[in-house]
Amino acid sequence: MRLEAMESMYQDVILDHYKNPHGRGLRDGDAEVHHVNPTCGDEITLRVRYDGETVADVSYEGQGCSISQASASVLNELLVGKDLAEALAVQDTFLRLMQSKGQITPDDAMEEVLEDAVAFAGVSKYPARVKCALLSWMAWKDATAQALGDGLVNERTTS
Amino acid sequence: MSHTLPGLLDTEAIRKDFPILHRTVHDGKPLVYLDNAASSQKPRQVLDAMSEYYERHHANVHRGVHVLAEEATALYEGARTKVASFVNAPSRDEVIFTKNASESLNLVANMLGWAEEPYRVDDRTEIVITEMEHHSNIVPWQFLAQRTGAKLKWFGLTDDGRLDLSNLDELITEHTKVVSFVLVSNVLGTHNPVEAIVRRAQQVGALVVIDASQAAPHMPLDVQALGADFVAFTGHKMCGPTGIGVLWGRQELLEDLPPFLGGGEMIETVTMSSSTYAPAPHKFEAGTPPIAEAVGLGAAVDYLTGIGMERIAAHEQAITRYALERLAEVPDLRIIGPVSSEDRGATVSFTLGDIHPHDVGQVLDEQGIAVRVGHHCARPVCLRYGIPATTRASFYLYSTPAEVDALVRGLEYVRGFFG
Repeated sequence: MRLEAMESMYQDVILDHYKNPHGRGLRDGDAEVHHVNPTCGDEITLRVRYDGETVADVSYEGQGCSISQASASVLNELLVGKDLAEALAVQDTFLRLMQSKGQITPDDAMEEVLEDAVAFAGVSKYPARVKCALLSWMAWKDATAQALGDGLVNERTTS
Repeated sequence: MSHTLPGLLDTEAIRKDFPILHRTVHDGKPLVYLDNAASSQKPRQVLDAMSEYYERHHANVHRGVHVLAEEATALYEGARTKVASFVNAPSRDEVIFTKNASESLNLVANMLGWAEEPYRVDDRTEIVITEMEHHSNIVPWQFLAQRTGAKLKWFGLTDDGRLDLSNLDELITEHTKVVSFVLVSNVLGTHNPVEAIVRRAQQVGALVVIDASQAAPHMPLDVQALGADFVAFTGHKMCGPTGIGVLWGRQELLEDLPPFLGGGEMIETVTMSSSTYAPAPHKFEAGTPPIAEAVGLGAAVDYLTGIGMERIAAHEQAITRYALERLAEVPDLRIIGPVSSEDRGATVSFTLGDIHPHDVGQVLDEQGIAVRVGHHCARPVCLRYGIPATTRASFYLYSTPAEVDALVRGLEYVRGFFG
């Protein structure tokens, strides 16, 4: 009785990240933020550590639905090791996909940038859940701005 | 599964009155609407009354001398009379129409904030609420406390979802000016004991405000029997439209307390330097009121009264008892709130293992089952029980045992999906 729409939201990739999250737990960082999604009570505490302009670590602790938890796990997998400009580009692409209201079908170029995160494409059809998917990504950008300064973040933002 | 529980209403007949209950969702699945604590659906009778009002009688109230203005006024004021009778108010002038229960509670808080002695709330006084309040009965009192310097205190909760009244006498003291609490919790379903709290409040001369938003739709409500000074509720949870709420207040208080919103309708005479005010309830109804919504609420009251509030309460009691029994069969399901159907409304909150309520609600929705997930505008309750959120099923006069069965089947599927 698995339904088509549900399948496109709860992709196996998402359920895998939810059940086996990457990089969960708080470790040392240069900045820490706490973000909440007031509509449902999802919460995340997220720390970033930078080595120059390289994302050395993103650590997090939180509670929330499978979408918000899996999204944080994917973020960790994708961004750690990237340099700031690259990481910001991934964040921006993910944001665009999530705000697409289901209108964007990821192409190969997008899939190359987003890797596992393309699995969230189906979530963009559910306005109530988009915030869940974006929670950790907004927290990461906020923490990065705190750690490195708004000026540098703006400078490295390409779009 | 037996579907003939004692006390059930003829839901087959009742459901014919509610057009929305016949629609399907997600490619032909019948709608199982279990989100009645958030808002109820509307019977044809209410929809028709509102259409007829706009099609035949609409004008502004209380000011024209033409036919339509008189008809609109009669319908609006007629709705007030119906609501007064519905809650057994001693006088129809004690019924104030507002936008919703939140506005009703904000209105009381502001009356008290601007009041003269003996009602005035200031930095030597205390406000008492409870930990199971909806945000609408927390935040207005936080405002009042912050703006006046008054101290905000609250009753805690027991592990089984009841008010902890063990420190009643220490919480409500001679400094207490107002005690405001919910009659039936929108999360836990708990039906709170009124008498002990009212008795203590009266001993110390404190006013009592009752949030009856989750009670008025579901059981007979008698403001005189409650013994409170103010009772607030909203129209859209009781088969009425959105945009109409009620504040009932004791006449002498409404006479003594100052208005909050100023404008048309609420005045007696106006000069450029000052004004005098109309008598209650108009004193508290500045501006053009929600006329069609009041008419709709009047029709809702007629509809509910026609079925009988005692019978509706018995129906919901039967459904709730059945739901609690069936939910107990679901592995890993934990009821948040009283597990027995005694002193309890038709709202059942629960958690399902470690599966987040958002995921529970989403997968149920795909099966056509509408529940509420989250903290239900009562976040302190979730904090109290150490949970981020709950899934909430809430029933009404049209809910059936078959819908409870559908919920239980849906939850089994959710467990399989995330297991």
